[in-house]
Amino acid sequence: MKSERDILRTELQWTLAVGAAAGVVSLAILWASLAHLINPPSNFETIDPAALHLSDEFTESNLGTRVEADGEVVTRIVATQFAFAPSCVLVPADRPVTMRLTSPDVIHGVLVTGTNVNTMIVPGYVSQVRATFRTTGDLLMPCHEYCGIGHSQMWAVVQVVPAERFKPDAQGRAACEKR
Amino acid sequence: MRSVDRLALAHLQLAFAAFVLACALGLWQMLARSPWPAPGFTPSTYFQSVTAHGAAMAYVLTTFFIMGFGYFTADRALARPLPGLRLAWAGFWLGLLGVAMAMAPVALGRASVLYTFYPPLTASVWFYLGLVLVVAASWIWCAVMILAMRGWKRANPGQAVPLAMFATVANAIMWVWTTAGVSAELVFQVIPAALGLVETIDVGLSRTLFSWTLHAIVYFWLFPAYIAFYAMAPRAAGGRLYSDTMGRVSFVLFLLYSLPVGMHHLFMDPEHSTGFKFLQMTLTVLVAVPTLLTVFTIAASFELAGRMRGGRGLLGWIVALPWREPMVLATGLAFFMLFFGGGGGLVNMSYGMNAMVHNTSWVTAHFHLIFGGTVVIMYFAIAYDVWPHLVGRPAPSLRLQRAQLWLWFIGMMTMTLPWHYLGLLGQWRRVAQFDYSNPIIAAWAPWVLVSVLGGAVLLASALLFAWNLWSFRHAPAPARPLAPFAFAQAVHEPRRIPAALNGFGMWNALVAVLMLAAYGYPLAQFFISPPPSALVHRVDGAPP
Repeated sequence: MKSERDILRTELQWTLAVGAAAGVVSLAILWASLAHLINPPSNFETIDPAALHLSDEFTESNLGTRVEADGEVVTRIVATQFAFAPSCVLVPADRPVTMRLTSPDVIHGVLVTGTNVNTMIVPGYVSQVRATFRTTGDLLMPCHEYCGIGHSQMWAVVQVVPAERFKPDAQGRAACEKR
Repeated sequence: MRSVDRLALAHLQLAFAAFVLACALGLWQMLARSPWPAPGFTPSTYFQSVTAHGAAMAYVLTTFFIMGFGYFTADRALARPLPGLRLAWAGFWLGLLGVAMAMAPVALGRASVLYTFYPPLTASVWFYLGLVLVVAASWIWCAVMILAMRGWKRANPGQAVPLAMFATVANAIMWVWTTAGVSAELVFQVIPAALGLVETIDVGLSRTLFSWTLHAIVYFWLFPAYIAFYAMAPRAAGGRLYSDTMGRVSFVLFLLYSLPVGMHHLFMDPEHSTGFKFLQMTLTVLVAVPTLLTVFTIAASFELAGRMRGGRGLLGWIVALPWREPMVLATGLAFFMLFFGGGGGLVNMSYGMNAMVHNTSWVTAHFHLIFGGTVVIMYFAIAYDVWPHLVGRPAPSLRLQRAQLWLWFIGMMTMTLPWHYLGLLGQWRRVAQFDYSNPIIAAWAPWVLVSVLGGAVLLASALLFAWNLWSFRHAPAPARPLAPFAFAQAVHEPRRIPAALNGFGMWNALVAVLMLAAYGYPLAQFFISPPPSALVHRVDGAPP
């Protein structure tokens, strides 16, 4: 039978190994965060959910995709029980896109299938995700957080088109092609 | 039957009754989401069912199982009368009343907010009040556990508290800390809204308070499994626990690191900055440490047992283990599922990588595998181990017990491996049905169908479990009384023990410091500059 000291020694050796493994995992995440800027979407920005229609940004006429004056592609989406406005957004492939989302009522969330786009949409806040879409086609953008009985019917489409088919109008706006 | 045994049995029976019903609901929910038809399906009945399934599994099965097992442990490990036996019974009836109060509005379709609430959605106030009573009942249990240990220490000065009881009290203390978050959310935000006293809710605050509870509650559920690993499985394997000290260290680490990590559930949320998310991610890495220590210590205990039974060579000891013992078999299967579940958990906690899987079936798969798999299979093993001592009869059939454990394992793997894969493909959570005419979704169908089969096997296993416990009634009374129940002995039982590994005073102070660092500012921000609130949305049909 092993002595108490032998047992303690093996346990401590294992503890060191476990500690080293935890350290490696932490360093890998830190490296991804600092060197590759892989961070969770943490855009701390508040907005009054009851007055979205009075805000400059999330009025109905300003929703959807728009190329800003500085050339940045921004899509603005309102998630509401039980639909997205607009229900389809057009984005160019291989070009950084900033998605800004908010809710006037309850908690929602989105992911875009086949991409790393994923964020919660919490009333009172503007969620922001930056992404570059690499594949063209219609991607599903469902609400992924329970928001009420109609939750399952709540989804939208992200239409990714090649750069040459992305033709914003004079105001910089671009809407989905007829499907 | 002794009163303390009746007390434990009452808790365990209620826990398992809720469990079997919730399993049936789970299978029906899987049918609803599959291409196959589900009888009686509407979106309303679906979310009613999800609420009932979640509340029954997460609040009733766990809380009552842990309470019942705790009373049993206190009685057998300390070998002295349980203090506050009548108080404990009052706790049971209070908890039962709470379950009835919470489940009635769910059954009436007036509380379809799932077990995680999602304010500003607001259900019937009875749902929340009932759950508050369940929590209050569990606090009574915590008090009885702490009193029992204190009384034993007073009667046995300088001696080491038996490991099973030390762990049970660690869990009780952790649970008091854990429930502070959800209790504050319910009492100060959700219940006033449900009563119509306030019209808006600060959703960022409510999510942060719930996250305080949301990770540690999982460790509350997990503690009994670990108590079985340390204090029951080595004995069942015919050996001894490799190291009592490492058991204590692991349980203390669980107490410390289960709590200041809940924000990893909010990685994708907009109301917190990257700084605190990163801090809590780092602490989350540390909570893997006690699990890995446990795997080593229990594997070493099993190796000792296997070699004592004549196992030779590098792996021969594994073959030599008494796998016919349900406790040994369950431990092996639990470790196997822990390997996959823990690996998935590493992905979940990996900060930016969480975006790949957040709110997809991957997460559902992860917690079903690690809770429903690793933890619940140990609940079965514990039940099989203690039942003969509660009812005074030996098990009628170990073969059926083993068959039940295997079925649970096969069902769980068959259900959750496809879910992991579907999550990576982007299948999202918490929807009642999918449109299989969409080509993206149609490609998922075969894997969904495989997982439904896994769910059917799980329900079969749950029913067999109920039968296995029920059939103790038909077992013949033993000719001689059963040998008294005993927890596992360590290779070296602790003779002298540092106070830090025999009590929790210092650790409580450290938990307070960690919680202040991890949650102090993230909670204070909502009071320093209150964000806009959201209007209450009633789902119970009451006028606003």
